[in-house]
Amino acid sequence: MRLKLVPSETNWDFFRHAKLTFGASVVAVIVSVIAFFVLGLNFGIDFRGGTTIRTESTLSVDVASYRAALSPLNLGDVSISEVFDPSFGDDKNVAQIRIQAQDEQEAITPEAITAIEAALKAKDPAIKFSSVESVGPKVSGELISSAIKSVLLAMGAVLIYIWMRFEWQFAIGAVAALVHDVVLTIGIFAALQIKFDLAIIAALLTIVGYSINDTVVVFDRLRENLIKYKKMELREVMNLAVNETLSRTVMTSGTTLIALISLLVLGGDVIRGFVFAMTWGVIVGTYSSVFVAKNIVLFLGVKRDWSKPSGDTAGTQFGNIDA
Amino acid sequence: MLQIPLWKRLLIVAACVLGLAYAMPNLFYVRVEGHNDAMKTIDVSGSTPVLEAAKGAWPAWLPSGLVNLGLDLRGGAHLLAEVQVADVYADRLDGMWPDVRDALRDVRETAGTIRRQTGAADELRVRISRPEGMADALAAVRKLARPVVSLTGVGQNDIEVTGDGADLIVRLSEAERQATDDRTIAQSLEIIRRRVDEVGTREPTIQRQGTDRILIQVPGIGSASELKALIGTTARLTFHPVVGRTTDATQNPGPRNLLLPSMDEDGTYYIVEKTPVVSGEDLNDAQPGFNQNSQPVVNFRFNPTGARKFGDYTVENVGSPFGIVLDDEVVSAPVIREAIRGGSGQISGNFTVEEATNLAILLRAGALPAKLTFLEERTIGPELGADSIAAGKIACLVAGIAVLVFMVASYGLFGVIADIALLINVGLIFGILSAIGATLTLPGIAGIVLTIGMAVDANVLIFERIREELRTAKGPARAIDLGYERALSAIVDANITTLITAVILFAMGSGPVRGFAVTLGVGIVTSVFTAIFVTRLLIVWWMERRRPKTIVV
Repeated sequence: MRLKLVPSETNWDFFRHAKLTFGASVVAVIVSVIAFFVLGLNFGIDFRGGTTIRTESTLSVDVASYRAALSPLNLGDVSISEVFDPSFGDDKNVAQIRIQAQDEQEAITPEAITAIEAALKAKDPAIKFSSVESVGPKVSGELISSAIKSVLLAMGAVLIYIWMRFEWQFAIGAVAALVHDVVLTIGIFAALQIKFDLAIIAALLTIVGYSINDTVVVFDRLRENLIKYKKMELREVMNLAVNETLSRTVMTSGTTLIALISLLVLGGDVIRGFVFAMTWGVIVGTYSSVFVAKNIVLFLGVKRDWSKPSGDTAGTQFGNIDA
Repeated sequence: MLQIPLWKRLLIVAACVLGLAYAMPNLFYVRVEGHNDAMKTIDVSGSTPVLEAAKGAWPAWLPSGLVNLGLDLRGGAHLLAEVQVADVYADRLDGMWPDVRDALRDVRETAGTIRRQTGAADELRVRISRPEGMADALAAVRKLARPVVSLTGVGQNDIEVTGDGADLIVRLSEAERQATDDRTIAQSLEIIRRRVDEVGTREPTIQRQGTDRILIQVPGIGSASELKALIGTTARLTFHPVVGRTTDATQNPGPRNLLLPSMDEDGTYYIVEKTPVVSGEDLNDAQPGFNQNSQPVVNFRFNPTGARKFGDYTVENVGSPFGIVLDDEVVSAPVIREAIRGGSGQISGNFTVEEATNLAILLRAGALPAKLTFLEERTIGPELGADSIAAGKIACLVAGIAVLVFMVASYGLFGVIADIALLINVGLIFGILSAIGATLTLPGIAGIVLTIGMAVDANVLIFERIREELRTAKGPARAIDLGYERALSAIVDANITTLITAVILFAMGSGPVRGFAVTLGVGIVTSVFTAIFVTRLLIVWWMERRRPKTIVV
């Protein structure tokens, strides 16, 4: 008896609710953009500059008393939050203290750390600093620009690759799906105010990779079917391609999600944000390759007659390299 | 058809065995690490029975490369420092002043008397009393220019000399600045490395980043502050003639003089001549010690040049004080009682033993050519790293087992084959990471977990395709063959696009993100290899033994 997430032969019409599914995506993208502009991202020190200190203590965390201890130090904007994780025992209480970048200083001075430690020790003698990270405004500015550059560069590179291997309509469709996934991920980070740092950029790029992976598999089948069924409606060919690859799409998402969810639950709080971004990205990535990418291609139309060479086929000259 | 030539089979098996052999040391991490450390120590400082025992704990003929653990897993300190390269320009110009002075004296007839002016830090400004002789003055100074020796600056001179009214201005040329910057960074790197090595920690990373930055990562050190104290100090030791002593911090020291605070006596300032007699560059050695009063001091010895300069100066200035200046603070200002010819001396201040030892280290390693500012610092405690490793291990195990079970449940025997490939895949990832000496970071672990999830993708593609081909009933061998053949283009496209993003991540990212890019990239390559070649070989073996009439995927 085999586990089958998807019946072995499906003939579902993925366009039947096209207005609903594609519309939902459009709405989600708009909501994400609004969330981004209204709520903003909760940037970590990588992008904003400043210092984060992770404290660990056997005594329970008292945010108010920590705040009271730090206020005489005139550190400016200080935010303190307790960190929870199921793996922490009763005698392990973790807090995260974030301090804004200090004037005229790139990284925090050793004197400032010593002063903070002394102030907190007075409240809680058992407190220890398990990590101190400080990023100056100069570096954080550069990190933002290089992060944006790398996401754009990745999309551009993917666009060119798909264009070479398929046709330009496919490239547009694939990149539209990518933008959809990246925007939705940024949106949920804005909506839930999860800390957005360098690792999340890595997660975004991985989502780019994963989403494109999924989309390409559908497109590859579509390309094959377009040659096989020359007379069939484009819409039908697309449906066939999605149905034929559906089992694989669900299987791969399934195994990847199994891995990611175990990391999300068991991997500790330090990388939880990072893993959450990837988990979310895999879900929206799978959705977008089934419901977004091909709709765009359908909308743009594809040249069907592959036998006659014309100027339009320039883009497919690498299309039959089966490496 | 389903045939793989023998040489190909051997190659596939050999690649797997080799990869797994390189991965194996990681299973015995502590033991192999002890072995590697012992090897290194024996190389440097000779053998002891304890070291021999540690060395013997791992056979020498086995690979002993390990995956390096990143700072976020091992704990330690990370600093990104910017070298203030412009500091050096002023020194360079200062060093040229005597030559410029002599050159201008030779044309005194036309240019008149000269006087150095205080100008911007990156220029040397000289006023001549007869501006009409500027042409001669310029020509004389331009003769001092030397061609720059560097790859990019061929054909350019090191200085640019211009006239501005009655002022003659000497500046470093663009090419010379670049060459100077490169030298400054190279020197800084070398000196930081020497200082970190003096403390003797395991495998520090000291790298140049961009044009003027240095990345320093030292595993195992308690905090970034400690590291900063070690490498943030310029440790520039100079000996200056003392002009006077004052308690007024605002007093104008006069031209070409400096007002420097005393290190020990608060509120006391010394006025010293700006140009030092000798500097720390002429030191041969520095050692901590004690003076007659049992106070900690630093004993130093000059090299012959330094000894001569220092000796000459002391001969001429018996009875007057000279200042020992460390990083713009006067450590002490003793009076010269007699000529000091031997070239050795003693620095006494109110040092503790520890301070004296540290100062000696810094002096031995040499002064940094320019100041460092720290742009980024991170300290990760060892416990936090250990927690992360423990959590990562459990997550990997659970993820691995879940995926293995899922695959068998979905594809039966073929699932088992995919599982074997997956295990080989994880082994190969570790093998390659060890062989290239890559660093495993926390996001890197996530990358491996993600790869576990995605690695089966290629196999899923193939198996789904085989299922489809079986439906058109061509016989199992043909279906398998077609399944591999037709799934290939999708596998290649899908993985190349992911590889593209991994490469971009590696190129643009830094630190932990880079570690993630490496594991992701390596994981893509190994997963394609195992999915296409290893599973195929396994299936072919199985088919050859059983020769099944029908197969169920």
